[in-house]
Amino acid sequence: MLNSNEILQTLRMIDQNKLDVRTITMGISLLDCACGTPEGLYDRVYDRITAQARDLVKTGETIEREFGIPIVNKRISITPAALILGHADPVRLAQALDRAAKEVGVNFLGGFSALVHKAMTTADEALIRAIPEALATTDVVCSSVNVGTTKAGINMDAVKLMGQVIKQAAERTRDHDGFACAKLVVFANAVEDNPFMAGAFHGVGEGNATINVGVSGPGVVKAALEECKGAPFDVVAETIKRTAFKITRVGQLVAQEASRRLNVPFGIVDLSLAPTPTMGDSVAHILEEMGLEVTGTHGTTAALALLNDAVKKGGVMASSHVGGLSGAFIPVSEDIGMIDAANAGVLSLEKLEAMTCVCSVGLDMIAIPGDTSAETISAIIADEAAIGMINQKTTAVRIIPAPGKTVGDHVVFGGLLGEAPIIPVHKESSKAFIDRGGRIPAPIHSLRN
Amino acid sequence: MKAVVTVLGKDRTGIIAAVSNLLYQKGVNILDISQTILSGMFTMIMLIEIGQEAQYDVVRDALLQMAQQMNLEIRVQRSDIFDAMHRI
Repeated sequence: MLNSNEILQTLRMIDQNKLDVRTITMGISLLDCACGTPEGLYDRVYDRITAQARDLVKTGETIEREFGIPIVNKRISITPAALILGHADPVRLAQALDRAAKEVGVNFLGGFSALVHKAMTTADEALIRAIPEALATTDVVCSSVNVGTTKAGINMDAVKLMGQVIKQAAERTRDHDGFACAKLVVFANAVEDNPFMAGAFHGVGEGNATINVGVSGPGVVKAALEECKGAPFDVVAETIKRTAFKITRVGQLVAQEASRRLNVPFGIVDLSLAPTPTMGDSVAHILEEMGLEVTGTHGTTAALALLNDAVKKGGVMASSHVGGLSGAFIPVSEDIGMIDAANAGVLSLEKLEAMTCVCSVGLDMIAIPGDTSAETISAIIADEAAIGMINQKTTAVRIIPAPGKTVGDHVVFGGLLGEAPIIPVHKESSKAFIDRGGRIPAPIHSLRN
Repeated sequence: MKAVVTVLGKDRTGIIAAVSNLLYQKGVNILDISQTILSGMFTMIMLIEIGQEAQYDVVRDALLQMAQQMNLEIRVQRSDIFDAMHRI
């Protein structure tokens, strides 16, 4: 028999510390949907998704009920849509995806994407230019664009274009604080098996379908650290590792069950600590539990580095296949501690950029003034992509230039996407830099063969 | 299928009797049981065996209904989740 304390500890983690499985994401290849006629493409895509994911939500709910663990989201990721677009209308394709996702009842569908780290095909460019319209006229479709890799360098033409696209996407959803930008990620070194939104897509190296699971549990880590106040970092790291192990085992169990019941191969467990805007579910509060008065003050980067590394070390043994982004997420609007730190003026864009050097993603869910120029947004993307390229890691930018708003104002998206104060950006122009275009060459250490 | 039933609530007579009786009526075998009072709170953990997978929801729903009627907190979870978290 299991020990009573272990059972009660698990219940406490779920009830009080908000342990959950953040997402079961079914990756679906749409490569076989490519079609000579646009209408044929829309129909094939709709049919393929609704057939493959028919039982996804129901299965997720059954697992949730049987194991007593909340599974917050059921999602779909698809082959980057630009690869199958051909001469079809990208907006109509996005709308077909939206209809399919709603038909099967998932929360989000990711993969309205283009991989343009070296250059853009005609279809890539058409899709990218259609992103504002596509996101404004759909509800659950998410988009991502990969503009750089360590192997290819950074496609600065794409970086320039994405600055404009983000501005247009914000403008198209002006009445909702530029909400479309919350569904759009610009990546460097994007991964092919990420289950988290908005950046999930089903890579070309994947099979027909796969099940990827993203765990969560910042509240559990914080609660564990409350038991070792004042202890040296060795103890902190060990405590996080032990906790991450338990969290990840739940993810592995859920992934295996979902895979078996849906008869779809298990892909990976993503070890990310994903926060929500509710109290007790914050990554920032973990950093503050380590001894920082407010996240963003000096020491924050070191604290995050330790957290990120310990989560991976603890989690890696708990799962047969670890993948995705795997690390700590620091989305500003989705984390109550980050929101408070930004409100207090302690968390700046520069500090967030430094933090992205040591954690799993990048500048995430950050609201900036609506009058920020497209070139400045492109320059922010270029900086972040450079960090990813040089450090051989994934970085991303999901930034919202809130139309009509400026520093001192707030944006409110609601639900898991939360709310955030507008953070200032530099006023000085980067236009001449961005206008150069071309490609930043791959770094010397990419030549490893 | 093995499942863990945890029952929490204000201590009073008849809790074990009521839960065990319900499980008996549903044909569920109790494999192990431990019970204690923590600061006046009744805490019981049962390991049960549900014969058929399809019966899981029936047993769970009946226990949750009883929880509401008796003002208790009852959780039913497959035991695999505890094994996964606490056993290597």
